[in-house]
Amino acid sequence: MLKIRNLRAKVVDGPDILKGIDLDVNAGEIHAVMGPNGSGKSTLSRVLAGHPDYEVTGGTVEFEINREPKDLLAMEAHERACAGVFLAFQYPTEIPGVSNSVFLRAAFNAICRAQGVPSVDAFDFRALLTEKLALIGMDDSYLERPVNLDFSGGEKKRNEILQMAVLAPRLAILDETDSGLDVDSLRIVAEGVKSLCTPHNATLMITHYQRMLEYITPDIVHVLMDGRIVRTGDHTLAKAVETRGYDWVRDEA
Amino acid sequence: MTDALAERSKEYKYGFVTDVEMDKLPKGLNEGIVRAISARKKEPDFLLQFRLDAFKWWQEQEPPAWAHVEFPPIDFQDIHYYAAPKSMSDGPQSLDDVDPELLKTFDRLGVPLHERERLAGVAVDAVFDSVSVGTTHQDLLNEMGVIFCSFSEAAHKHPELIKRYLGTVVPPHDNFYAALNSAVFSDGSFVFVPKGVKCPIDLSTYFRINASNTGQFERTLIVCEEGASVSYVEGCTAPSRDENQLHAAIVELIALDDASIKYSTVQNWYGGDAEGRGGIYNFVVKRGRCEGRRSKISWTQVEAGSAITWKYPSVILKGDDSVGEFYSVALTNNKMQADTGTKMIHIGKNTKSTIISKGISCDQSRNSYRGLVRMTPGATGARNYSQCDSMLVGDQCEANTFPYLEIHNQSAIVEHEATTSRISGDQLFYLQSRGLDSEAAISLLVNGFCKEVFKTLPLEFSVEAVKLLEMKLEDSVG
Ligand SMILES: Nc1ncnc2c1ncn2[C@@H]1O[C@H](COP(=O)(O)OP(=O)(O)OP(=O)(O)O)[C@@H](O)[C@H]1O
Ligand SMILES: [Mg+2]
Repeated sequence: MLKIRNLRAKVVDGPDILKGIDLDVNAGEIHAVMGPNGSGKSTLSRVLAGHPDYEVTGGTVEFEINREPKDLLAMEAHERACAGVFLAFQYPTEIPGVSNSVFLRAAFNAICRAQGVPSVDAFDFRALLTEKLALIGMDDSYLERPVNLDFSGGEKKRNEILQMAVLAPRLAILDETDSGLDVDSLRIVAEGVKSLCTPHNATLMITHYQRMLEYITPDIVHVLMDGRIVRTGDHTLAKAVETRGYDWVRDEA
Repeated sequence: MTDALAERSKEYKYGFVTDVEMDKLPKGLNEGIVRAISARKKEPDFLLQFRLDAFKWWQEQEPPAWAHVEFPPIDFQDIHYYAAPKSMSDGPQSLDDVDPELLKTFDRLGVPLHERERLAGVAVDAVFDSVSVGTTHQDLLNEMGVIFCSFSEAAHKHPELIKRYLGTVVPPHDNFYAALNSAVFSDGSFVFVPKGVKCPIDLSTYFRINASNTGQFERTLIVCEEGASVSYVEGCTAPSRDENQLHAAIVELIALDDASIKYSTVQNWYGGDAEGRGGIYNFVVKRGRCEGRRSKISWTQVEAGSAITWKYPSVILKGDDSVGEFYSVALTNNKMQADTGTKMIHIGKNTKSTIISKGISCDQSRNSYRGLVRMTPGATGARNYSQCDSMLVGDQCEANTFPYLEIHNQSAIVEHEATTSRISGDQLFYLQSRGLDSEAAISLLVNGFCKEVFKTLPLEFSVEAVKLLEMKLEDSVG
């Protein structure tokens, strides 16, 4: 579904951050990406989502749309979202004045329109929201609040997953969704994410810890260091990183 | 058209010029000009005296300088004070006789005047430079006893009403620009809704500045008798020019017992280019008086144009239990400057006022809210609620809030809230990453910020207003 080859990217007017990433993600797979602070994990996620601050200096990203590989990098951010790419942000943005429910419905209908599916009316959408709220363990009161405004750190993370549940992406990139969640919230959110994983979609989880992976066992784990994937393995790699840190990976690379 | 002008007109789609033969008075201001304007309009003598008195006072005044705006001194002798299409020189005519070129102009502006195409549910008075071109829906309004016509026509047909109400809310000696307008006002609209009549359609005036080096000094007077109500909408545009043009209008509203007036403005005068060249100086005095008990006056303004906007639509709450409202969205971009807000003067008992102001500043513009709430000693039980929010787009713009409170009655309650926020590239990206294109994303942000104001506009105008702001913001955001 996603095929990244030798992807290089930098901040506009800055040095290279991604220095040749290769990554294949197939439908039905769950990947974890780990790596030290500043190694480029969030950069990778934002480049895939189409953030304008980054300039791709080399490489290709193919994303399968209707079974055809498409050049993801040629698409605008909103087109990528409409094609099923979703990024749960490490630091979700606050949007004053726009309520969560208005925002979610606007996004949902924009994606429906782009995919040629009829959009839903306010009533049916409410029913969908109620179901997804329950899945993530959130109550109604968040719907009428402005998007992320004055949400606690953990509430923001949960709100990202609510959006994921509503928008049902084919490729979900979760950037440190586990950081900032308390023990109980982590369980609820992780189980929610797990229930959203199907043979038709794929998930890329960026994380520093094993704890989320205990609920959702990744098929493949990557270690990103200094803008490159230096090691790939099965779920035991995540355990090894957690107990031994990154030095040995660096030494062996 | 030069390339630069063409380029600019692309952004400001109302920037075109209509080529018609004009009857212009020579530049400059003196008693002779004042008399000539009055003579052109064949006015009754009391109006000439009104003008001359205002002019005399004006000559002794200095232009005020307290607003938080900067501009070179205006040379009042370098302006034409009267310009009208030659074809209109015989005074008001029926719409059938109007020069097709003028009708075409209003078509292009989206305000068709012909019977066939005109907007349903809205009667329009179209003002071109110093004269009214025509007013639609006369038959329906006549039937209801509603008077809606150009000010010049009212001066002929209803001199007693004009004499009774003109200058009673904004006296000619009120301030420099009020005196200037009172001396040289050209055209505008007059509305009179008699006792007990609820005007069945929205009334609207569309002001178009076309001639160069010409000031526009319109005068609007709206009177609602006991139990009457009306919703009035004002729109305006001007060609894109390198020079600055002065627009100094006066609007007076009077509401008697149980009357209600809703006045909405969508202001989109040319605002100058990115370097701050050209644009309209929009210096306007708008004031309403809730004369009667339980009367209500509500101002809604969407200010999206003009090089400088300097205005404070205000309400004098004289009748007991009367209500004043001010809802405002002011957007400035490029190097535009706005110093706008309101005055709520509480005189009667249990009077209530609400102020909701939303300022959006982009690029290198300057946007200030200035508002006065005065509770006079007699205003027992009066209340005011004010909310002033600013949104910054980019980091070179400026937003200010200058609230003034004068409380002379201890039972009065005043609440004030203010916030400042910023539209950032991150917010846009966040929305885009959820499937919204940049247009939809900006529209969501702007609507979210301005929704309390937009919902007070008549529906078709709120759609217009949203589109207008989106268009202006698109270049400035991200
Ligand atoms: N917009 C930007 N402007 C300047 N520098 C940036 C920008 N984005 C990323 N960087 C730099 O690129 C490097 C990689 O950052 P990135 O956020 O991708 O790291 P990360 O792997 O997600 O780290 P963490 O684990 O701390 O979240 C860092 O050195 C960061 O400072
Ligand atoms: Mg990160």
